[in-house]
Amino acid sequence: MTTVELRRLLSQPWVLGLMGILGVLIVWFLSTASGAVDKLFLPSPLAVWQAGQTQWSSGILLKDALASIQRVFLGFALSAGVALPVGIAMGTNPVICRLLEPLIGLIRYMPAPAFIPLLIIYFGLEELPKVLLIFIGTVFFNTLMIMDAVKFVPRELVETALTLGGKGFPILTRVVAPFIAPQVLDTYRINMASAWNLVIVAELVAATEGLGKRISLAQRFLRTDEIFVGLIAIGLIGLAIDLGFRLLMRRACSWAN
Amino acid sequence: MHLQVSNVCKSFGHGRASKLVLDHVSFDLHSGEFLALVGRSGSGKSTVMRLIAGLDHPSSGSICLDGQPVVGPGSDRGMVFQKYSLYPWLTAAQNVAFGMELQGRSRSEVRERTGYFLEVVGLADAARRLPRELSGGMQQRIAIARALAADPKLLLLDEPFGALDIQIRESMQEFLHQLWQRTGLTALLITHDLEEALLLANRVHILAPNPGRIVRSVDVQLDRSAMPDVRLSPEFLAMREDLAKGLRALEPALPS
Repeated sequence: MTTVELRRLLSQPWVLGLMGILGVLIVWFLSTASGAVDKLFLPSPLAVWQAGQTQWSSGILLKDALASIQRVFLGFALSAGVALPVGIAMGTNPVICRLLEPLIGLIRYMPAPAFIPLLIIYFGLEELPKVLLIFIGTVFFNTLMIMDAVKFVPRELVETALTLGGKGFPILTRVVAPFIAPQVLDTYRINMASAWNLVIVAELVAATEGLGKRISLAQRFLRTDEIFVGLIAIGLIGLAIDLGFRLLMRRACSWAN
Repeated sequence: MHLQVSNVCKSFGHGRASKLVLDHVSFDLHSGEFLALVGRSGSGKSTVMRLIAGLDHPSSGSICLDGQPVVGPGSDRGMVFQKYSLYPWLTAAQNVAFGMELQGRSRSEVRERTGYFLEVVGLADAARRLPRELSGGMQQRIAIARALAADPKLLLLDEPFGALDIQIRESMQEFLHQLWQRTGLTALLITHDLEEALLLANRVHILAPNPGRIVRSVDVQLDRSAMPDVRLSPEFLAMREDLAKGLRALEPALPS
């Protein structure tokens, strides 16, 4: 391979990323194969793969993943659904903005996991408190970021519509909504990561199934290989959701790229 | 159509921080006329336009269109901005159709008029392109087509060519002049460019800054049949020099 070919290969965006992942895998493999690290603390890649296969064939992995995904989607859908109208209202109406911004600014700094004890007292140990935790942890960020997106709609775009005979609601749906769509999708993509963090936290505290629950069970039996399976599954699902949002954005808002 | 701007004053802010931006501005505009307001930044020329468009309200004085006071924006006064003039997510044709759809015109009418006005601005070929795929000059032509398609009584142009390169600017000025002659539109042009105003308008008001006020008005009667050469005609140059001198006199003396 000539240097030119090598350079061209390295300039592919995914090549270096893949090399980074492979590098970590190699270091991981070598440090466990050489016996330098205790297997109890760091299981070998092979052991993790086998643990993963066992969990997959018994159906546990899928069941856990679906349980976690369902919580994330319910909580986040609720959050996204509330944040969109509230954020747009705050971005377009200064009175609503002044009314809500200090309140949201305050609550936003209360760590969502600190609400878990209250949520358990109010709603018990079922699904509802977990879904609400995700809602609480993301709705304020979603709202403020959507509000900002609305505030950055160029005045000229709205005023052009006004001078063309447009009025309130049509301007919202035909000017504001399409303009903010890419930022809203990006907001959701970014805050989805928090939703994933929170579902695991909620499951660590109390759950019968879910990827977080599996991790905390594995800890009790010192099954570090199963902990690794859980971590990798969480990472992969998160990555898939992130890529899904990016794909949706490229499809739906091609004008903004 | 008769636009009547009488004794309009506008100040921004309250109390001590209040600043007078327009001081008793009055003028008239009739059907088929092309009026230009010329002034440097701070002369309140854009404010005049926003008041006429109904996007802002005068502090005192009145603005009437055909005897009816202007209370808010409406499709009888179409506007073309310098920046963000098109909706970036809509194609050229969808942009032209936008105003007509807001007005609730029938689909067939929208389609027919969109085609017609794309033709008028010479961009029928660009119908399906997004704004970012169009040059700055083409974008402004689409914006003008969109404003005209909404059938306004009066076209308001707020420095429409201010962001364009000089060559494109000149060809756009010729385009706008031909458009005016062909369609008989009524236009109010805001510009800081004296040459642009003299080239296009049949009446020019010069605005002085701080506070903005009309200090001079001239009727322009030039033979514009040979458009590009008008810029070099002795008549045109003399008029431009005369007005430019007047504008310079309004500037505060530079410290030497």
